[in-house]
Amino acid sequence: MTRPARTCLAALATVLLAACGGRDPAPTPAADPFPSTYRPPAASAVLIRGATVLTGIDTRLDDTDVLLADGRIAAIGKELAAGGSRVIEARGRYLTPGIIDVHSHLGVYPAPDVWATSDGNEATAPTTAEVWVEHSIWPQDPGFQTARAGGVTTLQVLPGSANLIGGRGVVIKNVPAATYQQMLFPGAKRSLKMACGENPKRVYGKNGGRSPATGMGNVAGYRAAFAKAASYRAKWDAYNKAGEGPPPDRDLALDTLADVLRGNILVQVHCYRADQMATMLDVAKEFGFRISAFHHAVEAYKIADLLADTQTCGALWADWWGFKLEAWDAINENIAIVDAARSDKGAGCAIVHSDDPDGIQRLNQEAAKAMAAGRRAGLTIPEEHAIGWLTANPAKALGILDKTGTLEVGKAADVVLWSGSPFSVYAHADQVWIDGALRLDRDHPNLQPDSDFMLGADVDAATTSDEATAGAAP
Amino acid sequence: MIPRPIQIVALTTALLAGNARAELFAIRNAEVHTVAGAGTLKAATVLVRDGRIEAVGAEVAIPDGARQIDAAGRPLTPGIFVARSALGLKEIDGVEETNDVASAQKRYSAALDVSDALNPRSVLLPVNRIAGVTRAVTAPDSTKGGSLIAGQGAIISLAGARAADGRWIVKPQAAMFAALGEQGRELAGSRPAALAALREAFEEARSGGARMGSGLSGEAQLSPLDIAALQRVLKREMPLVLNAERASDIKAALKLADDYGLQLIISGGAEAHLVASELARRSVPVLLDPSRNLPAHFETLHVDRDAVAVLSRAGVRFAFIDASEFGSHNARNLRQLAGIAAGHGMDRDAALAAITLSPAQIFGLSSELGSIEVGKLADLVLWDGDPLEATSAATAVWIDGESMPMVSRQTLLRDRYLKRPLPR
Repeated sequence: MTRPARTCLAALATVLLAACGGRDPAPTPAADPFPSTYRPPAASAVLIRGATVLTGIDTRLDDTDVLLADGRIAAIGKELAAGGSRVIEARGRYLTPGIIDVHSHLGVYPAPDVWATSDGNEATAPTTAEVWVEHSIWPQDPGFQTARAGGVTTLQVLPGSANLIGGRGVVIKNVPAATYQQMLFPGAKRSLKMACGENPKRVYGKNGGRSPATGMGNVAGYRAAFAKAASYRAKWDAYNKAGEGPPPDRDLALDTLADVLRGNILVQVHCYRADQMATMLDVAKEFGFRISAFHHAVEAYKIADLLADTQTCGALWADWWGFKLEAWDAINENIAIVDAARSDKGAGCAIVHSDDPDGIQRLNQEAAKAMAAGRRAGLTIPEEHAIGWLTANPAKALGILDKTGTLEVGKAADVVLWSGSPFSVYAHADQVWIDGALRLDRDHPNLQPDSDFMLGADVDAATTSDEATAGAAP
Repeated sequence: MIPRPIQIVALTTALLAGNARAELFAIRNAEVHTVAGAGTLKAATVLVRDGRIEAVGAEVAIPDGARQIDAAGRPLTPGIFVARSALGLKEIDGVEETNDVASAQKRYSAALDVSDALNPRSVLLPVNRIAGVTRAVTAPDSTKGGSLIAGQGAIISLAGARAADGRWIVKPQAAMFAALGEQGRELAGSRPAALAALREAFEEARSGGARMGSGLSGEAQLSPLDIAALQRVLKREMPLVLNAERASDIKAALKLADDYGLQLIISGGAEAHLVASELARRSVPVLLDPSRNLPAHFETLHVDRDAVAVLSRAGVRFAFIDASEFGSHNARNLRQLAGIAAGHGMDRDAALAAITLSPAQIFGLSSELGSIEVGKLADLVLWDGDPLEATSAATAVWIDGESMPMVSRQTLLRDRYLKRPLPR
């Protein structure tokens, strides 16, 4: 914090802007106070030869070479020249874009699950738009590494769903780091986490004796928050346009909601029931923002056309159900039906998400179940299409499809080499590259160290246990 | 299917009566995964008479009058046997009125018997049954403020209300369930307090009526029914299933079992591989989730996907359970967990055994269930692909030789929205 310009930006800017030589041109009260410090390490070029390539854009390229260079996908084709690059023979193996999970609580509900690290819900008020989930992320969560072993290269970490408006979510690269800023996906917008249904009314109405206690209380809560935000935004926009006079008072919660209204923050809504999703779409229309995706959405199949028509993605589980009443109507074909909606226009946007540190390790298997269920219901779903549920579609919902999510020349080299079809339960991510840097190699498990938390946990176990003796047996 | 007489005549008075409906059918041209000495038989026939397997093999003569089902070479396995669930005991976790898993707010609920309250019309049964689950252990458990000894679990048939003679609870009082480790600590105050409380209960039960009601009082009071139930555990008429994850907690459980001569089953067992030889020496089996690899709790710090291999080498018997909160609604995904274990190097037949034969052995039902062998009950599942693959599904399911309709509330919802689209 020695450079003066940086200090100006970091010091709550509203009072100091004038003293720092002029107003930030962006119509927000402050520039990003928590910028990404992620820098991919330099990596030598790699030629992956002869793989079955699922591009993420509905195409399957058999026996195809992919060249990774300078952190990007440099070439895709047959019999590419190796030049000076390292060659990996991948015949019989599958190459896909890195998996993107749009719904994770890694780092904020980490392992181990104890009070000290339970940082996902600021459940002290029903709207907490002022909190940023990134300030809860513990980068040493061992779950980041196991997710990487499942091929996950990018994830969105979200606040929990206790609140109507839970705060800002964030998109991160799944790389080992000491600080979360070292994981922040450069150029990705932040998100707003909202929640429908049972959770907010249970946490506040049933357990807290305050509003919201009902579905109608939930909706009143969203509308009240955005009504205030619209007024706040108008004041700030007028101030920014005028270029003079005293700045309006700063409100961190309204900063976030105003930026939602400006389209600078993407809205991610936890919502199970069809009727509640339709209501949320109307609320969004009333205040002029878009909902990027409904998360969990077990009843999305009931309104698949509405979701397609409004360009709203469904971020879904393959088969979770029944843990609460709003999850009672789940069907195994949900993902496939959302995907198939308005298929003549290619509009259905289905995403397989995890919301779970175990599920994130096998999103490929969850997609396999959803694909198989859809096929049995008579839908045509080739592997090269279903892979998009894990790659291109989540990238679209996070606004980063121009950077990652598909295997196309020029995109980030976020790539997974699978031991076989990723739609097999027996398949493993053999190697995982993030921005062209090898971040996981099954043949070299020590390529990346365990999280600091796991280091030394088994110092004695390794020398005294049956495991050690049994492991030594022929 | 030919309609059969509705009148049912029981052929045996045994609890596991099997299906007494007179029917003879043959599933032929199947890849039969016997989960028995015969291994996997290609192009084989399984002959079923009156709910039991009468013949298995490539050269089975199909009697006149036997209905024939052509499996077209597809895999046929024993029904999946879920070693731990709350099937029939809870419907919706978040709807308290439907959830009877957790026991009362007293220290000991040994008298609690889930078979008093199980619901054979649970929506969860068809959802899992059409995915190949045919039997399940259904167990009480404890939440904060509940009982250290949660009560007695039962073994059910997923046929539920369809079971012949209504006999879907195939083994009531199948095991006593109790907690050690972090759960026991939370219930009793500390780990040693949980151990002491279990010892007090067994001491009280051992001394029987002489001291009945005199030794313990208040929330720790044991009722005569509690004592009677614990005496059955002391007499090894019922195994004790103890939740224990950390190696030291498992060792404490072994010591308790030694001291009171209990038949012990470890549930959880995240660190069982660290005490594998001690488990093997006492023939104590383990119910564990093979997919776990994160230290979700401090007591599971050493959880390891290689544990299954270590336990196998040591000769410990184990069955797979789903340790997440989805072990009931998605008991059907036990198959996926077995597939994950196979993907990590476990023999595929052994992985299948861990969700079929092993649970039957651990809960004392392997003479009747768990494998495709002559004389056993015909719990059979025909699959459209590799039974451990996530993309495979059951295409036909028999329980006690009775063909199950491949319908659940979920398939009905699917059909309503797929085949008769409403305005959306």
